[in-house]
Amino acid sequence: MPTDDPVWGKLTWAAIPFDSPLPIIASVVVAAVIVAVLGWVVIKGHFPYVWREWFTSVDHKRIGVMYVVLAFVMLVRGFADAAMMRIQQAMALNAPGFLPPEHYDQIFSSHGTLMIFFVAMPFVIGLTNFVVPLQLGIRDVAFPTLNSVSFWLTATGALLVNISLFIGEFARTGWLPYPPLSEIAYSPGVGVDYYLWSLQIAGVGTLLTGINFVTTILKTRAPGMALMRMPMFCWTSLASNLLIVAAFPVLTATLTMLLLDRYLGFHFFTNEGGGNVMMFMNLIWAWGHPEVYILVLPAFGIFSEVIATFSSKSLFGYRSMVVATMAICVLSFMVWLHHFFTMGAGANVNAVFGILSTIIAVPTGVKVFNWLFTIYGGRVRYNVPVLWAIGFMITFVFGGMTGVLLALPPIDFLMHNSLFLVAHFHNVIIGGVVFGLFAGYTYWFPKAFGFRLHEGLGKAAFWFWLIGFYVAFLPLYVLGFLGMTRRMQQYDNPAWQPWLIVAAIGAGLIAIGTVLLIVQLYYSIRHRKLLTDLTGDPWDGRTLEWSTSSPPPLYNYAVLPEVMALDDYWIRKERQIDSQVESPAPHYEAIEVPRNSPTGISCAFFAALLGFALIWHIWWLVALGAFGAFATFVVFAWRDRVEDEFPAAEVARLDRQHLASRRHVAEPGPAS
Amino acid sequence: MSATVTADQRLSQAKRITVGYGFWIFLLSDIVMFACFFATYAVLVGATDGGPDGRQLFHLDGVAIETACLLASSFTCGLASMAAGNRNAITFYVAMAMTLGLGAVFLGMEATEFLSMAARGAGPTRSAFLSAFFALVGCHGVHVGVGLLWLMTMVAQVYAKGFRADILRRLLCFTLFWHALDIIWVALFTVVYLIGVAP
Repeated sequence: MPTDDPVWGKLTWAAIPFDSPLPIIASVVVAAVIVAVLGWVVIKGHFPYVWREWFTSVDHKRIGVMYVVLAFVMLVRGFADAAMMRIQQAMALNAPGFLPPEHYDQIFSSHGTLMIFFVAMPFVIGLTNFVVPLQLGIRDVAFPTLNSVSFWLTATGALLVNISLFIGEFARTGWLPYPPLSEIAYSPGVGVDYYLWSLQIAGVGTLLTGINFVTTILKTRAPGMALMRMPMFCWTSLASNLLIVAAFPVLTATLTMLLLDRYLGFHFFTNEGGGNVMMFMNLIWAWGHPEVYILVLPAFGIFSEVIATFSSKSLFGYRSMVVATMAICVLSFMVWLHHFFTMGAGANVNAVFGILSTIIAVPTGVKVFNWLFTIYGGRVRYNVPVLWAIGFMITFVFGGMTGVLLALPPIDFLMHNSLFLVAHFHNVIIGGVVFGLFAGYTYWFPKAFGFRLHEGLGKAAFWFWLIGFYVAFLPLYVLGFLGMTRRMQQYDNPAWQPWLIVAAIGAGLIAIGTVLLIVQLYYSIRHRKLLTDLTGDPWDGRTLEWSTSSPPPLYNYAVLPEVMALDDYWIRKERQIDSQVESPAPHYEAIEVPRNSPTGISCAFFAALLGFALIWHIWWLVALGAFGAFATFVVFAWRDRVEDEFPAAEVARLDRQHLASRRHVAEPGPAS
Repeated sequence: MSATVTADQRLSQAKRITVGYGFWIFLLSDIVMFACFFATYAVLVGATDGGPDGRQLFHLDGVAIETACLLASSFTCGLASMAAGNRNAITFYVAMAMTLGLGAVFLGMEATEFLSMAARGAGPTRSAFLSAFFALVGCHGVHVGVGLLWLMTMVAQVYAKGFRADILRRLLCFTLFWHALDIIWVALFTVVYLIGVAP
C-alpha cells in the first residue's frame, strides 16, 4: 500500500472522475445551482436574514422546516438515481446499457443510502420537530441548541455523500455494506469510507434528536397534558424516538467495528483471523429492523391525525392505538433475523423469527381497522391529505401482506434477494412512509407558513404518485416470481424486459408526480395571497397546534394552554360555538426564549472537515476538525446570556391580533 | 419579590430535572452501544485463530489496581459534586484534581497493558478475539479519556464563572457520566478479565 502524502493524504487528482462524464456533469450542475442560490442570497442582501433567522436558529419550527427542505432536495437526488436504474434495466437485455457496472453499483448504493438516511429520516424528524412541541402545548423542545446541532450534523452527512459524487467514489456495496465485500481487501477505495463516515456523523445527529424528543415528550408537556391526552402523533413520535435511542447506538457500534477493520486491520468481519461475517448481519439488522419502524410509526401518527381531523370525529380506539404503537415498538426489536433466513441459522431459529414477524401484522392490523372505523360514519372531506391517507391504506395493506408472505421462511428461501423483496419494501416504504410524509407536509404546511398548498396540483401529484407507484412496482413482484434478482446491471432473459420497461414507465409517472409537487410549492408561494389562512385553523383541527396563529409566534403560545382532555382544542371550540361566550382575555407575561446560536452550524463545519479528512487519511485535518468541534462546545458553554426576553406588551399585541382574526371560527353554522 | 425568587427556583429545579433526565437517556444509549461491544466480545472470545487467549494475556494484578483507581475516582467525583453543592471551591478543586489523577493513572496503566500486549505480538490485528478485546476495553478507555477532557473543561468553567446554575447542571451530567463509566468497568472487569483468566 503506498504511503499517504502528509498534506493531502490519499487525495490526488485521480480522485476526480474526469473520464466519466455523468457524475462530472451532475456535480457541475449541482455546484452551479448551489453557487447560484448562495450568490442570489448574498447579492440580494438576504444573507444576514438567512444566517440570523434560519442557520443559527434554535427554534424547533425553523429547524423542522430546514429538515424538510433538506429531505426534499435529497429526494430529487435519490430519485435521479432511481430513474437511472430503471432506464438502465429497461435497456440492458444482453446489452451494456448506459451505466458501466462500477457506476451502476454506486448508484443503487447511494439511492438506498440517500432515500433512507437523508430523505425519509430528515423528513420524519423535520415533521416531528415542527409538530410535536406545538401539539404538546409547549414553547420549544427540551434542548433547543442540541436540536440545531442535530440538524446540522444530519446535513453534514448528506453533504459528504454528495461530495463523493465529485471527489472519489461512493460505496458499491448496497445500502448496507455487507462484509466481506465492504472490507478493505475487496473495497479498497474510499467509497465505503464515505458511506461509513457520513452515516456516523449523521447518526450522532439522529441519536441526539432521539434523546431530545424522548425528554421533551416525557418531561416537558403543557400543564394537564397527561400521557393519555397526547395526540396520536406525539405517541408515535415517542415510540419512534425511543427506538432511535435504543437502535442507533447499535448502528454506531457496528459501523465503528467495520471502520476498525478497514482502518486498523481488526478482524471483526473479515474472512481471516477468526472474524465472523454473520455477526455483521445480526448487528446491522438489530438496528435496521427498528429503523423501519422509526420511519413508519410517525407516518402512522400523521394518518391518525389526518383521518380524525378530516372525518370530524375523534380517533376510533385511541387506547388500542396507543397499545398497538407501543407493541410495535417492542416487537420491532425481536424480528431482525427475518432479513437473513437463508443464512443458515437453522429451522428452529427461523421458525421463531418467522412467527414473531407475522405477529407484527396484528398491531398493524389493529391500526388499519381503527382508521377505517374512524372514517366510518364520519363526514369525510376529501382534501389532499385524506387522499394520501386512503392511498396509503390500500397500498400499505397490500405491501404488508407481501411482507407476511416473506416472513414465512420457506417462501423467503424462494424470494430472498429477488425483485419481489425490492417490490415489497418499496411498497411499504413508499406506500407507508412517503405517502404519510406527503400527507403531513400538506396538512401542516399552512401551520408553518400561513397559507395552504394549491389543492388541484396536490391532487394531481397524488394521482401520479399513486398510479406511478403501482405501474413501477407491481412488475417487480412479477419479476421476482420470474427469478430476477436485485441489483443486476444487465441480464440475458428476454422474458424480463417487457416488465422492466413497464416499471420504467411507472418511474416516469412518479417523476411527473414529483415535478408536480415542486410546481405546487412554487405556484402556492406565488399565489399565497389567494391561499392565505388567517385563522390558524384551516382544516377545522382537533389538536392544540391549530389554536395558535399560522405561522406560530417564536414562543408558540402566548399563554401556555391548560389541557383538560384528549382533542382539547376541538372540545374548547365546540363549547365556544355552543355557548357563544368568548373565553376571558388572558393575562400576558414576558416570555423567555432561547437565544440563537451558531453552535450547530459551526460544529457541523468542523464535523465535515473531520469526516472528509478521515475518508482521505489527511491526519492533520482530522486533528483540526476534532479540535474545532471541541472548541465550539467550549465557546458555547462559556456564554453568559442564554435567553432573550419577549416583552409582555408585544406578546399581548400579537395574541390579540390573532384572536381577532379568528373570531368567526366560533360563529355558529357549518364550518368551512 | 420572594414569590418571583421561588418561581425562578422552581424553573431552575425543573431545568435540572430535565437536563438530568436527558442525560440519563444518553447514558442508556451509550450502554446499548457498549452492549454491542460486549456481545461481539462474547461471540469472538474463542476465535483466537491459533493466537494467545485471555489466560495467557491477562494479569489480574494490574487490572486490580486499575479497578481500584477507577472506583476511588468515582468516590472523589462524588466528593466534588457534594463540594459544588455546598459552594466549597477548595474542596471541589482538590476532589476534581484527585479524580483527574486517578483517571490518568487508570488510563496510563491501560495504555501500558495495550502496548505490552502489542509488543508481544498480541495486538488487535492478531485475531478476532483480540480485535474484540481491544475494541471493548479501548472503547471504555476512550470514554475515560473524553471524561478527563470534560473534567478539565468543567474545572476551568467553575474557575472562570463560579457555581452558576447552568454550570452545576453540566457538573451533574459529568458526574453521572463518570459513575456510568464505573458501572461499565465493573461489567467489563468481570466479563473480560475475571472470566477470561478462569480455568
